[in-house]
Amino acid sequence: MDLVLVIVVEVLYAIGALVLISAGLAVIFGMMRVINLAHGEFMMLGGYATITAVDLGVNVFLAMLVLAPAVVGVLGLAVERLVIRHLYGRLIDTMLATWGLSLLFIGIVTMLFGNTTTGISTPIPGFALGDYQVNGYNFFIVLVAAVLLLLMLAVLRSTRSGLIARGTMQHSDMAASLGYNPDRIYMLTFACGSALSGLAGAVLAPLVGLVPTSGGAYIAKAFITVIAGGPALIAGLASSAGVFGLINQIFSFAVSPVVGEVALLVAAVILLRLLPRGITDRLFRESL
Amino acid sequence: MRDAGWGRELTGTLVVAACAVGVLPMLVSTYTLTVLIIYGMLGLSLGLVWGFGGILCFGQAAFFGLGAYTYAIAAINFGESTVPMLLAVAVPAGFAAVLGAMLFYGRLTDVYLGVITLVVTLILHRFMNATAGSEYVIGNARLGGFNGIPGFQTLNVPGDPSAYVWGESFYYFSAVCLLLAYLLVSAVLRSSFGRIAVGIRENETRAALMGYDVPARKTVMFAAGAAIAGLAGALFANWAEIVTPRLFSLSQSADIIIWCIVGGLGTRIGPVLGAAGLSYLKFLLGQQDLLHNSVVSGAILVLFVLFLPGGIAPVLANAWRLITRRRPRSRYRRRRGPRSSLASGDA
Repeated sequence: MDLVLVIVVEVLYAIGALVLISAGLAVIFGMMRVINLAHGEFMMLGGYATITAVDLGVNVFLAMLVLAPAVVGVLGLAVERLVIRHLYGRLIDTMLATWGLSLLFIGIVTMLFGNTTTGISTPIPGFALGDYQVNGYNFFIVLVAAVLLLLMLAVLRSTRSGLIARGTMQHSDMAASLGYNPDRIYMLTFACGSALSGLAGAVLAPLVGLVPTSGGAYIAKAFITVIAGGPALIAGLASSAGVFGLINQIFSFAVSPVVGEVALLVAAVILLRLLPRGITDRLFRESL
Repeated sequence: MRDAGWGRELTGTLVVAACAVGVLPMLVSTYTLTVLIIYGMLGLSLGLVWGFGGILCFGQAAFFGLGAYTYAIAAINFGESTVPMLLAVAVPAGFAAVLGAMLFYGRLTDVYLGVITLVVTLILHRFMNATAGSEYVIGNARLGGFNGIPGFQTLNVPGDPSAYVWGESFYYFSAVCLLLAYLLVSAVLRSSFGRIAVGIRENETRAALMGYDVPARKTVMFAAGAAIAGLAGALFANWAEIVTPRLFSLSQSADIIIWCIVGGLGTRIGPVLGAAGLSYLKFLLGQQDLLHNSVVSGAILVLFVLFLPGGIAPVLANAWRLITRRRPRSRYRRRRGPRSSLASGDA
């Protein structure tokens, strides 16, 4: 019984982590069609921002939930202005340019912080569940992921800015003729997406040892989650994170964590072969 | 299509290559040059698949690593290097054919293709890193996990396992391999297969409507690129005398793509020069610690995409054409007919 509970918690945690990892990319790639290969590095920078702030004596939750997204959001704004805005509509070129950016960030962070592992301790203590020890921080991840999904849904669905952003991504000429400036909207959407990546990196930072190259661990997962999700942003994110999180944890428990990772990637390849446009191309078509 | 132009190009390539192979050892040590040649071959493989086949493969490093691992494992088991060299070409090609068939018959395009090849590379990388245990054995060869496989039989004269090909002679061997691969790629691109491949790159639907089997042709192209990458991998295994999972890493894949972009897509010599030049730059940068390596390669990639997306080779070709056109003799030069337009097409 305890084991079942533990597994349920672990599965929920895996799903929550996938949602967090992919949320920023869902905005930047899913909405804006910008293939951001620097996504992992945005997350890594969020993690470093948190650690630096905590070392300077800032409260850890403030650093994670406010400071890190703000820092990475501003950075995303700069990246959009300097590089991305010249490349809208050129898929391959944005892919290459952002790959260059990712290398650039890795190099700069290595020069600043050194090629060593840093980290902070989890701010929430673990507790015993029957015979098993459960990491209390896992619940925090699940909570943040759930709140994030609901918040994104609320913003995109019920606010005016969400509507304008969605409209501009669908038809920027139409938005422009209605008096909105697509350039500005692209810029702000990109910054929001970057901020979400920064948040994810910050929230996950206490669980991993942070090195300058740790962004690479997220990038493949983020992309397959968003691509497998398909056209509907939130429903796609939730459903594909659900499928992959479940598969990952089942194989992790049954065999080993490495096999869990490999199973996730193999499942993604098979899923994309069966549903090349993602889950929400067939199911939940009308949702957002 | 073995016309007069092919003969002239063949002599030209041979002369230039012979000069380069002869002169460069005076400037750079042959040990460094060998790895530059190997990377050049790796660049050539993606240059073929991406530049002419229009298939953006993010996982060319997978085939490179697979070639190296195949060679190492086979060399330990056979204790001789001829069959392992052949296997190192065949195994990546076979793997690419299966993977390519799955992708192209599934009609996956650009982005998805890039992501899936990336994911496959990651799977191999993870898997190879996790094979430290003694249960991961192929024949006599332990896969060795993160530490890789050291101490395998390196290249020898066929039939005589004690006559090693190393140092200077391995340099010449690699150079000849690169030259052969380059000429093979040139010949393929001049054949009808190559022309149709370029046609598919330009407009897949049109090629399909004209009755060509697009997925089959793309699969063959993909496998051909993997075969060249596998050969490069086998040579690399011989050069480094160890294979590690780093060969499958994302930064290795990134490097190959950067070489192609900087060198010039859609040219044959561009990726080779890009690979050799940038690897040498990396080698020089490795000797100082002011700037981190990936800052430089990242900045180069961003700047090239923004300001010179065509790469260096077309610029050089234009400059060369400009110089040759300014010659006073050009007044008497007769029009060449259709060939000159072809020559400007593939630089």
